[in-house]
Amino acid sequence: MSVDAATVKRVAHLSRIAVDDADVPKLQGELNAILGFVELLNEVDVTGVEPMTSVTPMVMKKRQDIVTDGEIADEIVANAPASEDDYFMVPKVIE
Amino acid sequence: MTDLTRLTLTDARDGLKAKQFSATELAKAHIAAVEQARALNAYVLETPEHALKQAAASDEKLAKGEAGPLEGLPLGIKDLFATKGVRTTACSKILGNFVPAYESTVSSQLWRDGAVMLGKLNNDEFAMGSSNESSAFGPVVNPWRRKGSNVGLGSNVGAGAAGAIEGNHLVPGGSSGGSAAAVAAHLCLAATATDTGGSIRQPAAFTGAVGIKPTYGRCSRWGIVAFASSLDQAGPIGKTVRDCAVMLRSMAGHDPKDTTSVDRAVPDYEASVGRSVKGMKIGIPREYRLEGLNAEIDALWQQGIDWLKAAGAEIVEISLPHAKYALPAYYIVAPAEASSNLARYDGVRYGLREQGRDIVEMYEKTRAAGFGAEVRRRIMIGTYVLSSGYYDAYYLRAQKVRTLIKRDFEAVYDQGIDAVLTPATPSAAFGIGEKGSADPVEMYLNDVFTVTVNMAGLPGIAVPAGLDSQGLPLGLQLIGRPFDEETLFSLGQVIEEAAGHFPVTERWWA
Repeated sequence: MSVDAATVKRVAHLSRIAVDDADVPKLQGELNAILGFVELLNEVDVTGVEPMTSVTPMVMKKRQDIVTDGEIADEIVANAPASEDDYFMVPKVIE
Repeated sequence: MTDLTRLTLTDARDGLKAKQFSATELAKAHIAAVEQARALNAYVLETPEHALKQAAASDEKLAKGEAGPLEGLPLGIKDLFATKGVRTTACSKILGNFVPAYESTVSSQLWRDGAVMLGKLNNDEFAMGSSNESSAFGPVVNPWRRKGSNVGLGSNVGAGAAGAIEGNHLVPGGSSGGSAAAVAAHLCLAATATDTGGSIRQPAAFTGAVGIKPTYGRCSRWGIVAFASSLDQAGPIGKTVRDCAVMLRSMAGHDPKDTTSVDRAVPDYEASVGRSVKGMKIGIPREYRLEGLNAEIDALWQQGIDWLKAAGAEIVEISLPHAKYALPAYYIVAPAEASSNLARYDGVRYGLREQGRDIVEMYEKTRAAGFGAEVRRRIMIGTYVLSSGYYDAYYLRAQKVRTLIKRDFEAVYDQGIDAVLTPATPSAAFGIGEKGSADPVEMYLNDVFTVTVNMAGLPGIAVPAGLDSQGLPLGLQLIGRPFDEETLFSLGQVIEEAAGHFPVTERWWA
C-alpha cells in the first residue's frame, strides 16, 4: 500500500500537525519508503496467531479506588504556556 | 593525583570507601571534565551546583559510615528522565523549558542510593533515532575518531555550542548518544539510558561502552518521557560489565506507579559478574547471518563464539525464523504507540504554544513547530497505521508477528539455551550526516540486531569486543531469558576479560 498526496494531508490533519503543501511530496516519499519496508510482513502467515497484548504475562495490578493525592493545582499548571487562577487558558472553543 | 574521571564506577566506589579521595573531589574532577568537553555536546544541561551539594552530603554519609551503594558517584542522566526542579526536555523543542514537579522512579532510586547528578544528557528527540542527530540541541560527537583522523583539532573546537566542532565527526549512535559519549569520554562514571529498539545497546557498541537493556518490566517507566510504552525500558550505560551490574541493581525494582513494572526481588547483580559460565548453552541464530554482513562484524562474532567456548560454554546453532520481521513490525508498533503517547503535546498543559485562529490551528501549528522531522514522520506513520480501515492490515498484523517473534525465543529457551550471542550492530559508528537523509529506512537498519529483543521483551547486553580496521569499537550482544540479567552479566564479563577494555586514549576535544 502507498499513500497519495491527499492521504498525506489527511493523516497530517489527524495527527494535528500542520504541513505546508510544498512539503507534501517529500513527506509522501518518506512515508511510502517506510510503508514499503513494512510490506515485508505480508509474507508471514499469521492465521490463528493471537496478537501480543502483554509483553510480560502478569495479573493486572489494581489499587484501592481512593484519592491518593491532590491539592497541587499550582504544580499542575506551573508549566502551562497560559494559565489563570489554576485553569489552562486556550483559544475560544465555543462561539 | 591520578585523573579521577578515569576510574570505573566500582573502583571509584571502593576508593571513596577507602578514603583515597572525597566525593567532592570526585565531583569536581567530573565537573571540570564536562566543562572542557562541551564541543562533544553530550550534556544539554550541566548541574554543577546540584552535584556539589549532593557530593557534600555524600561526604558526610561516608564519614559516618552510612554510605549507600552508589554514594558519591557522579552520573549523567538522559534527558528523558524527569528530574524534579531540573529542566527535562526529551531534547524536543516542544518541551521547551519544562521543569518537572516530580522525579522519575529510576532516578529517585539512584539518589536514594547516594548518587550525584552532573547534568542531563543529550538524546535523539523523544528517543527516536539511532545517531543522536534528531536532538533539538544538535548532534552529539562521538569521542572516537577514525584511525589517523585529526578532525576537530581546528581553532573552533571547544567553542561550546552544538555544531561548533569542525570536520567529519562520527555519531555516537542513538538514541542514548549523550549517555554513551559521556561514559566513553569520562564525563561521568555511568549514565542512565533508555532502549526502545536498541537505544542503549547500539550507542554503547559505537563508543566502546557496555549497555544493558533489562527485561521489560524490570525498571519502572514512571517519570520517563514515553515513546513506545510496550517497548521502552530503562537501563545503564557504563564503562564495564561490573559497573552496569551495580547501576542496574539500583535502577531496577517494583514500582506501584507503573502497572507494567514487575513485583520481583532484585538480585545482587554484581555477584553474577565473574561467575563461571561452564556448561552454559549459547545459541547462535542462523538468521542473523545476514546476506552482505560486514566481514569484520562476522569475524568479531566468531571471535565471541571462540571466547565463550574457551570459557566452557557450549555453542549451539539455533533458528529464530521470524527475526527478519522484527524491524518492519517495530516500525508499525513503535510509531503507533508514539502517535498515541505524543498526543499529549498540545500546547495547552506544558511546553511550546504557537498561536492559531482557533484551537485546532493552535494544536497543528504548535506540533509542527515543536516536533522535529523524524518525530513528525513517526507520528504520521503511527496515525496512519491506526486509522480506520488500516488497523487490521498493519497494527494487528504487526502485533501477531510480535507473538511469533516471542515464540521463537521461547522455543529456543525451552531447548535449554541460556543466552543468544549476536553482533550488536551491523557496522561501526558512521559519520554525522552520512545516513538516512534520503531514505529514513537506511537509518532504521542500524537496529536490525537489537530490535528483536524489545519486540520479545527480553534482556540484552552490548559488550565491546574489538576494534575494526578503522580503529573504531565494535560490540557483541547477548540476549537472555526473561529476568535472567545475571547470566548476561556472567557471560558479558567473559567477553570483557577476553577482549579487554577500549578506552578513548586521547582527549582531543579538551
